[in-house]
Amino acid sequence: MKTVSRLIRSPEGLAGLILLALPIAAAIFANVLFPADPLSIAGPALVPPFSDPAFPLGTDRLGRDVLAGLVHGARASLAVGLAAALVALAIGSLVGTVAGLAGGLADEVLMRVVEAFQIVPGLLLALAFVSVLGASLPVVVLAIALGAWTGPARLARAEVLSIRERDYVASARVIGMHPAEIAFREVLPNALPPVLALSSVIVAGAVLIEAALSFLGLGDPNTVTWGAMIAEGRNVLRSAPYLSIIPGIGLVITVLGVYFFAEGLNNALAVRGIRS
Amino acid sequence: MSLPIAILHGLSVRYRAGGVAHAALSSVNLEILEGERLAIIGESGSGKSTLALALASLLPENAVQGGVISWPGLGREPVAGRDIGFIFQDASASLNPVLTIGEQIAEVVRRHKGLGWRAALAEAQELLAKLRIPRSEQVLRSFPHQFSGGQRQRIAIAAAIAAGPKLLIADEPTSALDTIVQAEIIRLLNQLVREAGTTLVFITHDIALASGFADRIAVFHQSRLVETGEARRLLTDPKENYTRRLIESSIDLTTPSMVAS
Amino acid sequence: MSSIPVLLIVIVGTFFLLELAPGDAVDAYLVTIGGGDPALVQALRESYGLDQSALVRLWVYLTSLAHLDLGWSVQFGRPIRDLILERLPNTMWLMGAALALSFTLGSLLGIIAGARPGSVFDRFFSIGSLALYAVPSFWLGLVLIIIFAVQLRWLPTSGIETIASGKTGLARAIDITRHLVLPVSALGLIYLALFLRMMRAGMAETWRQDFVLAARAKGLARRRIVLRHVARNALLPLVTMLGLQAAAMLGGSVVIESVFAIPGFGRLAQEAVAGRDAPLLIGIIIVSAVLVLIINLLVDIAYALLDPRVGASEGRA
Repeated sequence: MKTVSRLIRSPEGLAGLILLALPIAAAIFANVLFPADPLSIAGPALVPPFSDPAFPLGTDRLGRDVLAGLVHGARASLAVGLAAALVALAIGSLVGTVAGLAGGLADEVLMRVVEAFQIVPGLLLALAFVSVLGASLPVVVLAIALGAWTGPARLARAEVLSIRERDYVASARVIGMHPAEIAFREVLPNALPPVLALSSVIVAGAVLIEAALSFLGLGDPNTVTWGAMIAEGRNVLRSAPYLSIIPGIGLVITVLGVYFFAEGLNNALAVRGIRS
Repeated sequence: MSLPIAILHGLSVRYRAGGVAHAALSSVNLEILEGERLAIIGESGSGKSTLALALASLLPENAVQGGVISWPGLGREPVAGRDIGFIFQDASASLNPVLTIGEQIAEVVRRHKGLGWRAALAEAQELLAKLRIPRSEQVLRSFPHQFSGGQRQRIAIAAAIAAGPKLLIADEPTSALDTIVQAEIIRLLNQLVREAGTTLVFITHDIALASGFADRIAVFHQSRLVETGEARRLLTDPKENYTRRLIESSIDLTTPSMVAS
Repeated sequence: MSSIPVLLIVIVGTFFLLELAPGDAVDAYLVTIGGGDPALVQALRESYGLDQSALVRLWVYLTSLAHLDLGWSVQFGRPIRDLILERLPNTMWLMGAALALSFTLGSLLGIIAGARPGSVFDRFFSIGSLALYAVPSFWLGLVLIIIFAVQLRWLPTSGIETIASGKTGLARAIDITRHLVLPVSALGLIYLALFLRMMRAGMAETWRQDFVLAARAKGLARRRIVLRHVARNALLPLVTMLGLQAAAMLGGSVVIESVFAIPGFGRLAQEAVAGRDAPLLIGIIIVSAVLVLIINLLVDIAYALLDPRVGASEGRA
């Protein structure tokens, strides 16, 4: 609770929570606010924003409601971002823990694999992955996670290597606990907190990569995404620039919210660290 | 009798941390005489290092200073580096790891003597020779990590005395070193300040070490100055109980000191 | 030299990833020419070796790679090596310029912000850079186009140079520079924010070091303390960051090339995806991995030059 109140009192933390409240509320209430399919034609084409009360943010080339797209896009953005971060953290902690505990050749091989993933641009890898398996939400999530799991893996391994030498692990070994049991009951729970601290940065990165992929036309074609909206608006960039600008603002608010939130959380946790 | 180089009137220092302040020095009155070797003795937390930092105006931002330090011997406020040289406890931390030894000594000469780099480096080389560091020309181009702890501390001393300061403050300069190197450094330091007539304020927790060369000793305990006096008198006839305990608890004073006085 | 096995993992991994794709280059080719009879299909497969098993083809691929042969692009009807070498310079210009801009300006502003930790300047740069870092580069690119190319008409909207302008020498260089201003800004500004934040954090960390206190005790000018003692040390983690970001930056230039229609490496990747040209995509991924390795090698050299402790510790070990 102390951490939460400190988070709210720090300017960054508060700003982050306020910024994030917008896309989160949009994602939760998207179907209530705009029950119709956001990809369906709702009115005349290219209505400018703030000119028609029925379409506060205007309509696109095909007469689709921009505000409805923005609200539904928040859902895709957050869902993909969170899911990809979760998968990346899961893969990363698992690989890092195994590498750290096993040591020797297994560690060596796993770390070379981590390096291999690090030298391939994440976006190119995602591009290849989606083009091979076809664009659908689970594939996009996995494609993004493939480029984001190496950070957690390295950190988890480093944590495990230091925890491995501590007393409670030694005593677990002495009482004859199975290595797998030691790994999951003693080591992993202690190695996780610092790895989880990475999660906000990974979520932000995942949201940005998802946007880039759908901007390049590799998102799920049946889902509204901000990246796809920006790409769609590009066709009329000269006559209707708002179509590309508006969804981008949604992206900036979301990512900035995550960064501020992370910064506030770091400060709040750091203060606690000093006090204790 | 010349004027004291510095007089501390009711000097207090408090450190603020998270809304609370704790006292590191409480109303200290002390004179530092011109040309003397004054040892400041105390346990950790006695405020002796804070005294050193306050003298050199190096207190951290969260420190609140009360009282006055006046400088009658100088007749003006001291200039860091030129009037006061400072030697830190651990030279492996007080020397910049990515700059050459030459640059780190010559920058002091350049700043305070207004020389160009070439002339400043030549002076730096002389200083290194004075501190008995062999192959001084090569040393100028080397980096701190290439030297042993004792050599590093000599280099740090060379930088501290580079501008010929009247006052040299040494904050536990040998506590990170082994005893033999420690004795060499003290002997060298002692010789340097004698030759140049420099005032030396030597901060240490080691009363035996201080007794070897100090003219006067000031004993600190829990942020206060407990007792001060001429070294021999204070060691043989301490006025305060704390001083007596300190002397008794220090290892056998009768063993011949490794430092010749 | 751990980079050889790492590169091998990249090659084999990419090879098998693209094996998962339904259909091959011949199928994709047939779609573009509107189908063909089974005899032709068979002949095409044989001529590209696609009738062999995956392991055989991997072996053939690896041996040709050893001769720096990246294979043949069915889509373009040209050797993949030629295609990549033709497109690579544009990407290198874009990335190099963005990197130079973001690193110099980012570290410079980071020094200004970190010179007085906690000052108004510092707070402003800290929050400003965080906000900038949250902006997707491709969207920033579009916004820059809207402002500077569409509204103000100062700069061209797309391409790497004016097509068929007949310009040569200096005129052509100026033309290319004008085309690069917006894409380089779009890519570079994001990394500028990152380097600024890193530099600022490094400066704050270095201020707490003993040698900075020693520099103050020496009575050095504040300018010298900030630049020579604090910034010089804070630069070290920044150089490391440069290597870590190389891959992400290459990925970023893929999207920026798409926004500004720059015929570079990234556009080629997109075209490979669109044309289901698996060998081309593998080639691009391998070359980009090699590129990242080379950048990291250069970063290591730069680091060793900046930090005298590096060579020594290796010598001792």
